Amino acid sequence: MLNPADLAAIWLTCKLATTTTVLLLLIGTPIAWWLARTRSWWKGPVGAVVALPIVLPPTVLGFYLLLLMGPDGAVGRFTEWAGVGLLPFTFWGLVLASVFYSMPFVVQPIQNAFEAIGERPLEAAATLRAAPLDAFFSVAVPLARPGFITATILGFAHTVGEFGVVLMIGGNIPDKTRVVSVLIYDHVEALEYGQAHWLAGGMVAFSFLVLLALYAFTGRKTR
Amino acid sequence: MSIKAHFRLDWPGFTLDAALDLPRRGVTAVFGQSGCGKTTLLRCIAGLERGAGRLEVNGEVWQDAGRFVPTHLRPLGYVFQDARLFAHLDVGRNLDFGMRRNRGAAMPGRDPIIELLGLGPLLERMPERLSGGEQQRVAIARALLTAPRLLLMDEPLASLDHARKQEILPYLERLRDELEIPVIYVSHAADEVARLADHIVVMEDGHTVAQGPLAETLARVDLPIRLGEDAGAVFEATVAERDAEWHLARVEFDGGELWVRDSGAAIGKRVRLRILARDVSIAASRHDDVSIMNMLPATVAAHAGEDHPALVMVQLRVGGTALLARLTRRSAQRLDLAPGRRVWAQIKAVALIG
Repeated sequence: MLNPADLAAIWLTCKLATTTTVLLLLIGTPIAWWLARTRSWWKGPVGAVVALPIVLPPTVLGFYLLLLMGPDGAVGRFTEWAGVGLLPFTFWGLVLASVFYSMPFVVQPIQNAFEAIGERPLEAAATLRAAPLDAFFSVAVPLARPGFITATILGFAHTVGEFGVVLMIGGNIPDKTRVVSVLIYDHVEALEYGQAHWLAGGMVAFSFLVLLALYAFTGRKTR
Repeated sequence: MSIKAHFRLDWPGFTLDAALDLPRRGVTAVFGQSGCGKTTLLRCIAGLERGAGRLEVNGEVWQDAGRFVPTHLRPLGYVFQDARLFAHLDVGRNLDFGMRRNRGAAMPGRDPIIELLGLGPLLERMPERLSGGEQQRVAIARALLTAPRLLLMDEPLASLDHARKQEILPYLERLRDELEIPVIYVSHAADEVARLADHIVVMEDGHTVAQGPLAETLARVDLPIRLGEDAGAVFEATVAERDAEWHLARVEFDGGELWVRDSGAAIGKRVRLRILARDVSIAASRHDDVSIMNMLPATVAAHAGEDHPALVMVQLRVGGTALLARLTRRSAQRLDLAPGRRVWAQIKAVALIG
Protein backbone atom coordinates (compact mmCIF):
# COMPACT_ATOMS: atom_id res chain seq x y z
CA MET A 1 0.00 0.00 0.00
CA LEU A 2 0.95 3.66 -0.10
CA ASN A 3 3.16 4.82 2.74
CA PRO A 4 3.29 8.39 4.14
CA ALA A 5 6.18 9.29 1.81
CA ASP A 6 4.10 8.19 -1.17
CA LEU A 7 1.11 10.23 0.02
CA ALA A 8 3.32 13.27 0.56
CA ALA A 9 4.65 12.89 -2.98
CA ILE A 10 1.13 12.61 -4.40
CA TRP A 11 0.03 15.70 -2.47
CA LEU A 12 3.09 17.63 -3.64
CA THR A 13 2.48 16.57 -7.23
CA CYS A 14 -1.13 17.78 -7.11
CA LYS A 15 -0.05 21.07 -5.53
CA LEU A 16 2.63 21.61 -8.17
CA ALA A 17 0.31 20.76 -11.06
CA THR A 18 -2.51 22.95 -9.75
CA THR A 19 -0.23 25.94 -9.08
CA THR A 20 1.42 25.58 -12.46
CA THR A 21 -1.89 25.27 -14.32
CA VAL A 22 -3.40 28.32 -12.64
CA LEU A 23 -0.28 30.38 -13.37
CA LEU A 24 -0.19 29.12 -16.95
CA LEU A 25 -3.82 30.06 -17.59
CA LEU A 26 -3.03 33.56 -16.33
CA ILE A 27 0.21 33.93 -18.32
CA GLY A 28 -0.69 31.77 -21.30
CA THR A 29 -4.02 33.41 -22.16
CA PRO A 30 -2.54 36.80 -23.11
CA ILE A 31 0.26 35.06 -25.00
CA ALA A 32 -2.28 32.89 -26.86
CA TRP A 33 -4.42 35.97 -27.61
CA TRP A 34 -1.42 37.83 -28.97
CA LEU A 35 -0.25 34.84 -31.04
CA ALA A 36 -3.75 34.31 -32.42
CA ARG A 37 -4.24 37.89 -33.56
CA THR A 38 -0.90 39.51 -34.25
CA ARG A 39 0.37 40.14 -37.75
CA SER A 40 3.78 41.00 -36.32
CA TRP A 41 6.98 39.48 -37.58
CA TRP A 42 7.55 38.25 -34.02
CA LYS A 43 4.69 35.78 -34.17
CA GLY A 44 6.91 33.04 -35.66
CA PRO A 45 9.83 33.35 -33.22
CA VAL A 46 7.60 33.70 -30.15
CA GLY A 47 5.43 30.76 -31.23
CA ALA A 48 8.55 28.65 -31.75
CA VAL A 49 9.96 29.51 -28.31
CA VAL A 50 6.64 28.60 -26.69
CA ALA A 51 6.66 25.25 -28.53
CA LEU A 52 10.31 24.39 -27.75
CA PRO A 53 9.55 22.17 -24.71
CA ILE A 54 7.59 19.82 -27.00
CA VAL A 55 10.76 18.86 -28.86
CA LEU A 56 13.59 19.52 -26.39
CA PRO A 57 14.72 16.79 -24.00
CA PRO A 58 13.58 17.87 -20.50
CA THR A 59 17.18 17.66 -19.35
CA VAL A 60 18.19 20.39 -21.77
CA LEU A 61 15.42 22.65 -20.54
CA GLY A 62 16.27 21.76 -16.95
CA PHE A 63 19.97 22.42 -17.48
CA TYR A 64 19.45 25.96 -18.78
CA LEU A 65 16.80 26.76 -16.19
CA LEU A 66 19.22 25.55 -13.49
CA LEU A 67 21.88 27.91 -14.79
CA LEU A 68 19.39 30.78 -15.07
CA MET A 69 18.08 30.29 -11.56
CA GLY A 70 21.53 29.67 -10.08
CA PRO A 71 23.63 32.30 -8.26
CA ASP A 72 25.21 33.48 -11.53
CA GLY A 73 22.01 33.41 -13.62
CA ALA A 74 19.80 36.41 -14.31
CA VAL A 75 16.82 34.92 -12.50
CA GLY A 76 19.00 33.83 -9.59
CA ARG A 77 20.49 37.30 -9.16
CA PHE A 78 17.02 38.78 -9.26
CA THR A 79 15.55 36.39 -6.69
CA GLU A 80 18.51 36.94 -4.37
CA TRP A 81 18.20 40.69 -4.78
CA ALA A 82 14.46 40.40 -4.06
CA GLY A 83 15.27 38.53 -0.85
CA VAL A 84 13.67 35.17 -1.70
CA GLY A 85 16.96 33.33 -2.12
CA LEU A 86 17.78 30.88 -4.89
CA LEU A 87 15.04 28.85 -6.54
CA PRO A 88 16.73 25.54 -7.47
CA PHE A 89 15.79 22.73 -5.08
CA THR A 90 12.69 24.59 -3.87
CA PHE A 91 9.00 24.12 -4.63
CA TRP A 92 8.80 27.48 -6.41
CA GLY A 93 11.79 26.58 -8.50
CA LEU A 94 9.81 23.56 -9.69
CA VAL A 95 6.79 25.75 -10.36
CA LEU A 96 8.84 28.13 -12.49
CA ALA A 97 10.37 25.24 -14.44
CA SER A 98 6.98 23.58 -14.90
CA VAL A 99 5.50 26.80 -16.25
CA PHE A 100 8.05 26.75 -19.07
CA TYR A 101 7.83 23.00 -19.51
CA SER A 102 4.01 22.89 -19.82
CA MET A 103 3.56 26.23 -21.59
CA PRO A 104 2.85 24.86 -25.09
CA PHE A 105 0.19 22.50 -23.79
CA VAL A 106 -1.76 25.43 -22.39
CA VAL A 107 -1.00 28.15 -24.95
CA GLN A 108 -1.66 26.14 -28.09
CA PRO A 109 -5.23 24.95 -27.38
CA ILE A 110 -6.24 28.46 -26.30
CA GLN A 111 -4.51 30.01 -29.31
CA ASN A 112 -6.29 27.58 -31.64
CA ALA A 113 -9.62 28.41 -30.03
CA PHE A 114 -9.04 32.16 -30.40
CA GLU A 115 -8.00 31.68 -34.03
CA ALA A 116 -11.13 29.66 -34.73
CA ILE A 117 -13.33 32.41 -33.30
CA GLY A 118 -11.75 34.94 -35.63
CA GLU A 119 -12.46 38.62 -35.94
CA ARG A 120 -16.18 38.46 -36.71
CA PRO A 121 -17.78 38.10 -33.26
CA LEU A 122 -15.40 40.74 -31.92
CA GLU A 123 -16.39 43.18 -34.65
CA ALA A 124 -20.02 42.50 -33.79
CA ALA A 125 -19.24 43.17 -30.12
CA ALA A 126 -17.56 46.46 -31.03
CA THR A 127 -20.65 47.59 -32.97
CA LEU A 128 -22.67 46.75 -29.84
CA ARG A 129 -20.58 49.19 -27.76
CA ALA A 130 -18.26 46.64 -26.12
CA ALA A 131 -14.77 48.05 -25.53
CA PRO A 132 -11.92 45.70 -26.49
CA LEU A 133 -11.32 44.35 -22.95
CA ASP A 134 -15.06 43.93 -22.42
CA ALA A 135 -15.37 42.05 -25.73
CA PHE A 136 -12.44 39.83 -24.72
CA PHE A 137 -14.11 38.71 -21.50
CA SER A 138 -17.72 38.69 -22.65
CA VAL A 139 -17.28 37.22 -26.14
CA ALA A 140 -13.82 35.78 -26.85
CA VAL A 141 -13.30 33.88 -23.57
CA PRO A 142 -16.76 32.26 -23.44
CA LEU A 143 -16.53 31.25 -27.10
CA ALA A 144 -13.06 29.79 -26.48
CA ARG A 145 -14.28 27.72 -23.53
CA PRO A 146 -13.48 24.33 -25.13
CA GLY A 147 -9.91 25.54 -25.71
CA PHE A 148 -9.59 26.58 -22.08
CA ILE A 149 -10.85 23.21 -20.85
CA THR A 150 -8.45 21.33 -23.09
CA ALA A 151 -5.62 23.63 -21.98
CA THR A 152 -6.39 23.08 -18.29
CA ILE A 153 -6.51 19.30 -18.61
CA LEU A 154 -3.36 19.07 -20.72
CA GLY A 155 -1.43 21.58 -18.61
CA PHE A 156 -2.26 19.74 -15.41
CA ALA A 157 -1.60 16.27 -16.78
CA HIS A 158 1.63 17.24 -18.46
CA THR A 159 2.97 18.80 -15.27
CA VAL A 160 2.06 15.66 -13.30
CA GLY A 161 4.04 13.65 -15.83
CA GLU A 162 7.28 15.62 -15.76
CA PHE A 163 10.43 13.89 -14.58
CA GLY A 164 13.60 15.10 -16.22
CA VAL A 165 13.11 18.77 -15.48
CA VAL A 166 12.26 18.02 -11.84
CA LEU A 167 15.37 15.98 -11.43
CA MET A 168 17.55 18.73 -12.90
CA ILE A 169 15.99 21.62 -10.96
CA GLY A 170 14.50 20.14 -7.84
CA GLY A 171 16.40 17.01 -7.04
CA ASN A 172 14.65 14.75 -4.64
CA ILE A 173 13.82 16.51 -1.37
CA PRO A 174 10.88 14.97 0.53
CA ASP A 175 7.88 17.31 0.89
CA LYS A 176 9.59 19.99 -1.17
CA THR A 177 10.52 18.62 -4.56
CA ARG A 178 9.99 14.87 -4.44
CA VAL A 179 7.04 14.39 -6.80
CA VAL A 180 5.47 11.06 -7.78
CA SER A 181 7.52 10.48 -10.91
CA VAL A 182 10.79 10.93 -8.98
CA LEU A 183 9.63 8.73 -6.14
CA ILE A 184 8.82 5.92 -8.56
CA TYR A 185 12.41 6.17 -9.77
CA ASP A 186 13.61 5.96 -6.16
CA HIS A 187 11.48 2.89 -5.46
CA VAL A 188 12.80 1.14 -8.52
CA GLU A 189 16.40 2.03 -7.64
CA ALA A 190 15.81 0.55 -4.19
CA LEU A 191 14.18 -2.53 -5.74
CA GLU A 192 10.87 -1.71 -3.97
CA TYR A 193 8.85 -2.89 -6.93
CA GLY A 194 5.64 -3.24 -4.91
CA GLN A 195 5.69 0.43 -3.94
CA ALA A 196 6.63 1.39 -7.48
CA HIS A 197 3.64 -0.54 -8.81
CA TRP A 198 1.16 1.36 -6.67
CA LEU A 199 2.41 4.73 -7.85
CA ALA A 200 3.12 3.75 -11.44
CA GLY A 201 -0.23 2.00 -11.79
CA GLY A 202 -1.90 5.02 -10.27
CA MET A 203 -0.23 7.26 -12.84
CA VAL A 204 -1.39 5.04 -15.68
CA ALA A 205 -4.96 5.10 -14.37
CA PHE A 206 -4.83 8.86 -13.83
CA SER A 207 -3.46 9.56 -17.28
CA PHE A 208 -5.97 7.27 -18.91
CA LEU A 209 -8.88 8.91 -17.13
CA VAL A 210 -7.65 12.38 -18.00
CA LEU A 211 -7.32 11.56 -21.68
CA LEU A 212 -10.66 9.76 -21.67
CA ALA A 213 -12.30 12.84 -20.18
CA LEU A 214 -10.59 15.03 -22.74
CA TYR A 215 -11.66 12.94 -25.72
CA ALA A 216 -15.18 12.57 -24.38
CA PHE A 217 -15.33 16.34 -24.04
CA THR A 218 -13.87 17.24 -27.43
CA GLY A 219 -15.94 14.53 -29.10
CA ARG A 220 -19.10 16.01 -27.64
CA LYS A 221 -18.11 19.45 -28.87
CA THR A 222 -17.55 18.48 -32.46
CA ARG A 223 -20.70 16.45 -32.82
CA MET B 1 -27.78 67.73 -40.14
CA SER B 2 -26.65 64.93 -42.36
CA ILE B 3 -23.95 62.40 -43.01
CA LYS B 4 -20.93 63.65 -44.86
CA ALA B 5 -18.04 61.36 -45.61
CA HIS B 6 -15.16 60.76 -47.87
CA PHE B 7 -12.79 57.84 -47.60
CA ARG B 8 -9.73 56.72 -49.39
CA LEU B 9 -8.25 53.29 -48.89
CA ASP B 10 -5.48 51.68 -50.92
CA TRP B 11 -5.21 47.93 -50.87
CA PRO B 12 -3.27 45.78 -53.30
CA GLY B 13 -5.54 45.57 -56.36
CA PHE B 14 -8.33 47.68 -54.89
CA THR B 15 -8.80 51.36 -54.21
CA LEU B 16 -11.75 52.80 -52.39
CA ASP B 17 -12.35 56.44 -53.14
CA ALA B 18 -15.84 57.31 -52.01
CA ALA B 19 -17.66 60.50 -51.14
CA LEU B 20 -21.07 60.59 -49.51
CA ASP B 21 -23.53 63.29 -48.62
CA LEU B 22 -26.68 61.74 -47.23
CA PRO B 23 -29.85 63.11 -45.71
CA ARG B 24 -30.44 62.56 -42.02
CA ARG B 25 -33.61 60.54 -42.45
CA GLY B 26 -34.69 57.67 -44.62
CA VAL B 27 -33.03 54.68 -46.21
CA THR B 28 -30.03 55.20 -48.43
CA ALA B 29 -29.16 52.24 -50.59
CA VAL B 30 -25.52 51.76 -51.52
CA PHE B 31 -25.89 49.85 -54.74
CA GLY B 32 -23.33 48.14 -56.94
CA GLN B 33 -21.90 44.88 -58.17
CA SER B 34 -20.11 42.46 -55.84
CA GLY B 35 -16.59 43.63 -55.17
CA CYS B 36 -17.27 47.30 -55.95
CA GLY B 37 -16.44 48.37 -52.40
CA LYS B 38 -19.91 48.76 -50.87
CA THR B 39 -19.13 46.70 -47.81
CA THR B 40 -15.72 48.33 -47.40
CA LEU B 41 -17.39 51.74 -47.46
CA LEU B 42 -19.84 50.61 -44.79
CA ARG B 43 -16.99 49.23 -42.67
CA CYS B 44 -15.18 52.56 -42.96
CA ILE B 45 -18.29 54.33 -41.67
CA ALA B 46 -18.43 51.90 -38.75
CA GLY B 47 -14.73 52.33 -38.00
CA LEU B 48 -14.04 48.64 -38.70
CA GLU B 49 -11.66 49.69 -41.47
CA ARG B 50 -9.42 52.67 -41.18
CA GLY B 51 -8.73 54.57 -44.35
CA ALA B 52 -7.78 58.16 -44.86
CA GLY B 53 -10.67 60.58 -44.92
CA ARG B 54 -13.31 62.33 -42.94
CA LEU B 55 -16.66 61.32 -41.52
CA GLU B 56 -19.23 63.57 -39.95
CA VAL B 57 -22.56 62.28 -38.68
CA ASN B 58 -25.18 64.80 -37.62
CA GLY B 59 -22.51 67.36 -36.83
CA GLU B 60 -20.27 64.98 -34.85
CA VAL B 61 -16.88 64.22 -36.33
CA TRP B 62 -16.17 60.49 -36.13
CA GLN B 63 -13.06 60.58 -38.24
CA ASP B 64 -10.73 63.31 -39.35
CA ALA B 65 -7.01 63.82 -39.92
CA GLY B 66 -6.15 63.58 -36.23
CA ARG B 67 -9.24 61.86 -34.94
CA PHE B 68 -10.60 58.33 -35.16
CA VAL B 69 -13.45 57.38 -32.85
CA PRO B 70 -13.20 53.63 -32.23
CA THR B 71 -16.18 51.54 -33.29
CA HIS B 72 -17.45 50.87 -29.78
CA LEU B 73 -17.77 54.59 -29.10
CA ARG B 74 -19.75 55.33 -32.29
CA PRO B 75 -23.52 55.38 -31.67
CA LEU B 76 -24.33 53.14 -34.62
CA GLY B 77 -26.03 49.85 -35.25
CA TYR B 78 -24.51 47.37 -37.69
CA VAL B 79 -26.31 44.42 -39.24
CA PHE B 80 -23.80 42.05 -40.84
CA GLN B 81 -24.56 39.91 -43.85
CA ASP B 82 -23.92 36.82 -41.74
CA ALA B 83 -25.93 37.96 -38.66
CA ARG B 84 -23.02 37.22 -36.27
CA LEU B 85 -25.13 36.37 -33.27
CA PHE B 86 -23.08 35.29 -30.27
CA ALA B 87 -23.21 31.50 -30.26
CA HIS B 88 -22.80 31.26 -26.48
CA LEU B 89 -25.83 33.44 -25.69
CA ASP B 90 -29.52 32.77 -26.28
CA VAL B 91 -31.62 35.20 -28.30
CA GLY B 92 -32.69 37.24 -25.27
CA ARG B 93 -29.11 37.65 -24.06
CA ASN B 94 -27.94 38.51 -27.57
CA LEU B 95 -30.52 41.30 -27.56
CA ASP B 96 -29.42 42.48 -24.11
CA PHE B 97 -25.73 42.52 -25.03
CA GLY B 98 -25.79 45.90 -26.72
CA MET B 99 -28.69 47.25 -24.70
CA ARG B 100 -26.82 46.81 -21.39
CA ARG B 101 -23.76 48.59 -22.75
CA ASN B 102 -25.70 51.52 -24.06
CA ARG B 103 -25.72 53.84 -21.10
CA GLY B 104 -27.20 57.27 -21.39
CA ALA B 105 -28.92 57.15 -24.76
CA ALA B 106 -32.70 57.01 -24.78
CA MET B 107 -33.92 53.42 -24.75
CA PRO B 108 -35.97 52.42 -27.76
CA GLY B 109 -37.82 49.92 -25.57
CA ARG B 110 -37.10 46.23 -25.68
CA ASP B 111 -40.66 45.00 -25.99
CA PRO B 112 -41.74 47.15 -28.94
CA ILE B 113 -38.71 46.06 -30.91
CA ILE B 114 -39.22 42.39 -30.07
CA GLU B 115 -42.80 42.90 -31.21
CA LEU B 116 -41.79 44.79 -34.37
CA LEU B 117 -39.50 41.97 -35.48
CA GLY B 118 -41.69 39.15 -34.24
CA LEU B 119 -39.11 37.69 -31.85
CA GLY B 120 -41.34 36.88 -28.88
CA PRO B 121 -41.35 33.09 -29.35
CA LEU B 122 -37.59 32.92 -30.03
CA LEU B 123 -36.15 34.61 -26.93
CA GLU B 124 -34.90 31.47 -25.21
CA ARG B 125 -33.51 29.74 -28.28
CA MET B 126 -29.81 29.44 -29.00
CA PRO B 127 -28.69 31.04 -32.30
CA GLU B 128 -27.71 27.68 -33.82
CA ARG B 129 -31.36 26.64 -33.58
CA LEU B 130 -32.64 29.58 -35.64
CA SER B 131 -33.24 29.73 -39.38
CA GLY B 132 -31.22 32.22 -41.42
CA GLY B 133 -34.17 34.62 -41.57
CA GLU B 134 -34.75 34.42 -37.83
CA GLN B 135 -31.07 35.03 -37.13
CA GLN B 136 -31.15 38.11 -39.30
CA ARG B 137 -34.24 39.45 -37.51
CA VAL B 138 -32.51 38.96 -34.15
CA ALA B 139 -29.41 40.73 -35.49
CA ILE B 140 -31.54 43.68 -36.62
CA ALA B 141 -33.29 43.90 -33.24
CA ARG B 142 -29.96 43.59 -31.43
CA ALA B 143 -28.58 46.51 -33.42
CA LEU B 144 -31.70 48.64 -32.85
CA LEU B 145 -31.60 48.05 -29.10
CA THR B 146 -28.33 49.94 -28.83
CA ALA B 147 -30.39 53.06 -29.65
CA PRO B 148 -28.20 53.84 -32.68
CA ARG B 149 -28.19 57.23 -34.31
CA LEU B 150 -27.24 55.59 -37.61
CA LEU B 151 -28.14 52.09 -38.75
CA LEU B 152 -25.80 50.30 -41.17
CA MET B 153 -27.05 47.18 -42.94
CA ASP B 154 -24.73 45.07 -45.05
CA GLU B 155 -26.83 42.99 -47.46
CA PRO B 156 -28.96 41.60 -44.65
CA LEU B 157 -30.94 39.51 -47.16
CA ALA B 158 -28.12 38.28 -49.37
CA SER B 159 -27.59 34.99 -47.56
CA LEU B 160 -31.30 34.13 -47.56
CA ASP B 161 -33.38 32.26 -50.10
CA HIS B 162 -36.32 33.88 -51.86
CA ALA B 163 -38.94 32.75 -49.33
CA ARG B 164 -36.89 33.99 -46.34
CA LYS B 165 -36.37 37.32 -48.11
CA GLN B 166 -40.11 37.75 -48.58
CA GLU B 167 -40.45 36.98 -44.87
CA ILE B 168 -38.05 39.75 -43.81
CA LEU B 169 -38.86 42.47 -46.36
CA PRO B 170 -42.13 43.49 -44.67
CA TYR B 171 -40.22 43.92 -41.38
CA LEU B 172 -37.68 46.11 -43.14
CA GLU B 173 -40.46 48.20 -44.65
CA ARG B 174 -41.97 48.72 -41.22
CA LEU B 175 -38.57 49.74 -39.94
CA ARG B 176 -38.16 52.22 -42.76
CA ASP B 177 -41.52 53.76 -41.97
CA GLU B 178 -41.08 53.83 -38.18
CA LEU B 179 -37.42 54.64 -37.65
CA GLU B 180 -36.39 58.20 -37.06
CA ILE B 181 -32.76 57.53 -37.85
CA PRO B 182 -30.89 57.31 -41.15
CA VAL B 183 -30.27 53.83 -42.51
CA ILE B 184 -27.49 52.95 -44.94
CA TYR B 185 -28.41 49.76 -46.72
CA VAL B 186 -25.84 47.99 -48.86
CA SER B 187 -27.25 45.81 -51.61
CA HIS B 188 -26.57 44.44 -55.05
CA ALA B 189 -30.23 43.51 -55.59
CA ALA B 190 -32.10 46.16 -57.59
CA ASP B 191 -35.51 44.92 -56.44
CA GLU B 192 -34.61 45.37 -52.75
CA VAL B 193 -33.29 48.83 -53.47
CA ALA B 194 -36.42 49.80 -55.44
CA ARG B 195 -38.59 48.57 -52.64
CA LEU B 196 -36.80 50.00 -49.60
CA ALA B 197 -34.65 52.97 -50.49
CA ASP B 198 -35.48 56.67 -50.52
CA HIS B 199 -32.03 57.68 -51.62
CA ILE B 200 -29.41 55.82 -53.62
CA VAL B 201 -25.63 55.81 -53.95
CA VAL B 202 -24.32 53.91 -56.94
CA MET B 203 -20.83 52.47 -56.62
CA GLU B 204 -18.53 51.10 -59.23
CA ASP B 205 -14.98 49.83 -58.83
CA GLY B 206 -14.40 51.51 -55.48
CA HIS B 207 -15.88 54.84 -56.53
CA THR B 208 -19.20 56.49 -55.84
CA VAL B 209 -20.48 57.28 -59.34
CA ALA B 210 -23.90 58.78 -58.58
CA GLN B 211 -26.10 59.65 -55.66
CA GLY B 212 -29.43 61.34 -55.09
CA PRO B 213 -33.11 60.74 -54.40
CA LEU B 214 -34.17 57.32 -55.62
CA ALA B 215 -36.73 58.21 -58.32
CA GLU B 216 -34.61 60.96 -59.81
CA THR B 217 -31.40 58.92 -59.79
CA LEU B 218 -32.91 55.74 -61.18
CA ALA B 219 -34.46 57.69 -64.05
CA ARG B 220 -31.14 59.10 -65.21
CA VAL B 221 -30.25 57.86 -68.67
CA ASP B 222 -26.51 57.82 -68.01
CA LEU B 223 -26.83 55.37 -65.10
CA PRO B 224 -29.14 52.67 -66.48
CA ILE B 225 -26.19 51.60 -68.56
CA ARG B 226 -24.80 50.22 -65.34
CA LEU B 227 -28.06 48.77 -64.10
CA GLY B 228 -28.63 46.72 -67.27
CA GLU B 229 -31.76 44.56 -67.12
CA ASP B 230 -32.69 46.15 -63.78
CA ALA B 231 -32.92 49.66 -65.19
CA GLY B 232 -36.29 51.21 -64.57
CA ALA B 233 -38.24 53.98 -62.91
CA VAL B 234 -39.57 53.91 -59.36
CA PHE B 235 -42.14 56.40 -58.15
CA GLU B 236 -45.01 56.78 -55.73
CA ALA B 237 -48.71 56.72 -56.48
CA THR B 238 -52.03 56.67 -54.63
CA VAL B 239 -54.68 53.97 -54.98
CA ALA B 240 -57.76 55.73 -56.39
CA GLU B 241 -60.15 52.97 -57.43
CA ARG B 242 -60.48 49.22 -57.13
CA ASP B 243 -62.26 47.22 -59.78
CA ALA B 244 -63.66 44.04 -58.23
CA GLU B 245 -64.71 42.47 -61.53
CA TRP B 246 -61.26 42.53 -63.13
CA HIS B 247 -59.19 42.51 -59.94
CA LEU B 248 -57.48 45.69 -60.98
CA ALA B 249 -56.69 48.91 -59.18
CA ARG B 250 -56.35 52.39 -60.61
CA VAL B 251 -53.46 54.36 -59.15
CA GLU B 252 -52.82 58.05 -59.62
CA PHE B 253 -49.36 59.55 -59.81
CA ASP B 254 -47.89 62.91 -60.62
CA GLY B 255 -48.60 62.99 -64.34
CA GLY B 256 -51.35 60.46 -64.89
CA GLU B 257 -52.90 57.20 -63.84
CA LEU B 258 -52.25 53.51 -64.37
CA TRP B 259 -54.18 50.29 -63.98
CA VAL B 260 -52.30 47.69 -61.96
CA ARG B 261 -53.12 44.31 -60.52
CA ASP B 262 -55.07 44.78 -57.30
CA SER B 263 -52.70 43.98 -54.42
CA GLY B 264 -55.35 44.54 -51.77
CA ALA B 265 -54.09 48.02 -50.88
CA ALA B 266 -56.93 50.24 -49.65
CA ILE B 267 -58.15 53.28 -51.57
CA GLY B 268 -56.10 56.33 -50.61
CA LYS B 269 -53.00 54.32 -49.73
CA ARG B 270 -49.61 55.46 -50.98
CA VAL B 271 -47.86 52.73 -52.95
CA ARG B 272 -44.55 52.45 -54.71
CA LEU B 273 -44.49 51.46 -58.39
CA ARG B 274 -41.65 50.17 -60.46
CA ILE B 275 -41.63 50.13 -64.23
CA LEU B 276 -38.66 48.46 -65.88
CA ALA B 277 -37.21 50.14 -68.96
CA ARG B 278 -37.52 46.92 -70.94
CA ASP B 279 -41.31 46.89 -70.30
CA VAL B 280 -41.89 50.31 -71.87
CA SER B 281 -42.28 50.76 -75.61
CA ILE B 282 -42.94 53.95 -77.53
CA ALA B 283 -45.56 54.70 -80.16
CA ALA B 284 -45.90 57.82 -82.27
CA SER B 285 -49.69 57.73 -82.00
CA ARG B 286 -52.24 56.20 -79.70
CA HIS B 287 -53.24 52.62 -80.46
CA ASP B 288 -56.36 51.05 -79.00
CA ASP B 289 -56.08 47.70 -80.76
CA VAL B 290 -53.26 46.29 -78.62
CA SER B 291 -53.33 44.26 -75.42
CA ILE B 292 -51.42 46.89 -73.52
CA MET B 293 -53.66 48.51 -70.97
CA ASN B 294 -51.54 51.44 -69.87
CA MET B 295 -50.74 54.11 -72.42
CA LEU B 296 -49.55 57.51 -71.35
CA PRO B 297 -48.84 60.66 -73.33
CA ALA B 298 -45.21 61.52 -72.78
CA THR B 299 -42.44 63.81 -73.90
CA VAL B 300 -38.98 62.58 -74.82
CA ALA B 301 -36.55 64.18 -72.35
CA ALA B 302 -33.20 62.58 -73.12
CA HIS B 303 -31.59 59.48 -74.50
CA ALA B 304 -28.30 57.69 -74.29
CA GLY B 305 -26.63 54.63 -75.73
CA GLU B 306 -26.88 51.31 -73.94
CA ASP B 307 -24.16 48.75 -73.27
CA HIS B 308 -25.22 46.88 -76.41
CA PRO B 309 -24.81 49.00 -79.58
CA ALA B 310 -28.28 48.00 -80.83
CA LEU B 311 -30.07 49.58 -77.85
CA VAL B 312 -30.83 53.03 -76.54
CA MET B 313 -32.28 54.22 -73.25
CA VAL B 314 -34.89 56.95 -73.57
CA GLN B 315 -36.07 59.09 -70.70
CA LEU B 316 -39.71 60.13 -70.96
CA ARG B 317 -41.52 62.82 -68.99
CA VAL B 318 -45.08 62.08 -67.98
CA GLY B 319 -46.16 65.15 -66.08
CA GLY B 320 -43.83 65.36 -63.08
CA THR B 321 -42.68 61.77 -63.36
CA ALA B 322 -39.79 60.32 -65.35
CA LEU B 323 -40.01 56.94 -67.06
CA LEU B 324 -37.34 54.98 -68.84
CA ALA B 325 -37.85 53.06 -72.06
CA ARG B 326 -35.30 50.75 -73.62
CA LEU B 327 -35.62 50.27 -77.36
CA THR B 328 -33.52 49.49 -80.35
CA ARG B 329 -31.55 52.28 -81.90
CA ARG B 330 -33.28 51.60 -85.22
CA SER B 331 -36.75 52.14 -83.69
CA ALA B 332 -35.55 55.28 -82.00
CA GLN B 333 -34.34 56.65 -85.31
CA ARG B 334 -37.48 55.59 -87.19
CA LEU B 335 -39.67 57.38 -84.64
CA ASP B 336 -37.33 60.36 -84.64
CA LEU B 337 -37.14 60.45 -80.83
CA ALA B 338 -35.43 63.78 -80.38
CA PRO B 339 -35.84 65.53 -77.03
CA GLY B 340 -39.12 67.43 -76.93
CA ARG B 341 -41.00 65.02 -79.20
CA ARG B 342 -44.52 64.06 -78.04
CA VAL B 343 -45.13 60.32 -78.01
CA TRP B 344 -47.18 57.60 -76.30
CA ALA B 345 -45.54 55.36 -73.73
CA GLN B 346 -46.94 51.84 -73.81
CA ILE B 347 -46.37 50.14 -70.48
CA LYS B 348 -46.42 46.39 -70.54
CA ALA B 349 -45.92 45.72 -66.83
CA VAL B 350 -46.10 47.70 -63.64
CA ALA B 351 -44.85 46.21 -60.40
CA LEU B 352 -46.46 47.38 -57.20
CA ILE B 353 -43.63 47.04 -54.74
CA GLY B 354 -45.18 48.02 -51.45
